[in-house]
Amino acid sequence: MIIKERRGPQEIPSSSMADIAFLLLIFFLLTTTMSMDKGINIVLPPPGQEEIEIPKENITNILINQAGKVLLDNKPFKIRDIAGFAERAIARNKNMIFSVQPHPKTKYDVYVQVLDQLKMAKAKKISIANPTE
Amino acid sequence: MKLERKTRSKVEIPTASMPDIIFMLLIFFMVTTVMREYDGLDVLLPRAQEIQKLESKREITHVWARKDGVVSINDHVVPVKKMRQLFYAELVKKKGKMTVSLEADKDAPMKLISDIHTEMREVNALRLSYATLRKGGNNQ
Repeated sequence: MIIKERRGPQEIPSSSMADIAFLLLIFFLLTTTMSMDKGINIVLPPPGQEEIEIPKENITNILINQAGKVLLDNKPFKIRDIAGFAERAIARNKNMIFSVQPHPKTKYDVYVQVLDQLKMAKAKKISIANPTE
Repeated sequence: MKLERKTRSKVEIPTASMPDIIFMLLIFFMVTTVMREYDGLDVLLPRAQEIQKLESKREITHVWARKDGVVSINDHVVPVKKMRQLFYAELVKKKGKMTVSLEADKDAPMKLISDIHTEMREVNALRLSYATLRKGGNNQ
């Protein structure tokens, strides 16, 4: 008669678990990137919106020419002075709309600088005109 | 007379819970990690100060615009006039919640940027973010 040998309960070796977990941890530590996407957020107007008449005193025109020079209410301005001007304009009139009008060949960099200045002045109403000559 | 020091039991940091701690860290990084999905185009981003983070990575569509007018959406290079189809496809895929992260070269002309605006507006994709780098200390 054969008596089956009683085996002890089989176990998965767990001593190396910590090492495996370490390895995975290091992998994820290296591959992780903490939110990299940063930028200036804007919301575009919905399509097909008809032009609305806005009283002239509520608009500040910001023209940018192809050389990156800025004309603010028909006066030449340095880019870094825009924030101060915009802040004063908002203090005077809460409904002030800033209309940024770039030239088709204006560099994107200058445009971003101008938007940055407007954001610095906490301007909420920014309109971006299609570039025209 | 020298006092003999009592033999103290060795002080050790308990290591029994170490695997648990490591597992916890592991799970944290697994959940927060997002693999870099796209290679993008070769662009030099402009710099700005007033920059905000974009909330949800899963709602972002990446658009690259090079200064010579080459545009790619999520690594598909397309002509500017055909962008609306891809924007629309992305908008459907993301169930209407989509933010476009525009990574345009700082020397790109405004004509190109404006054309991208138009393409986005055509399909009602209105949330846009101009990707920028943080400006260094100086005011220039």
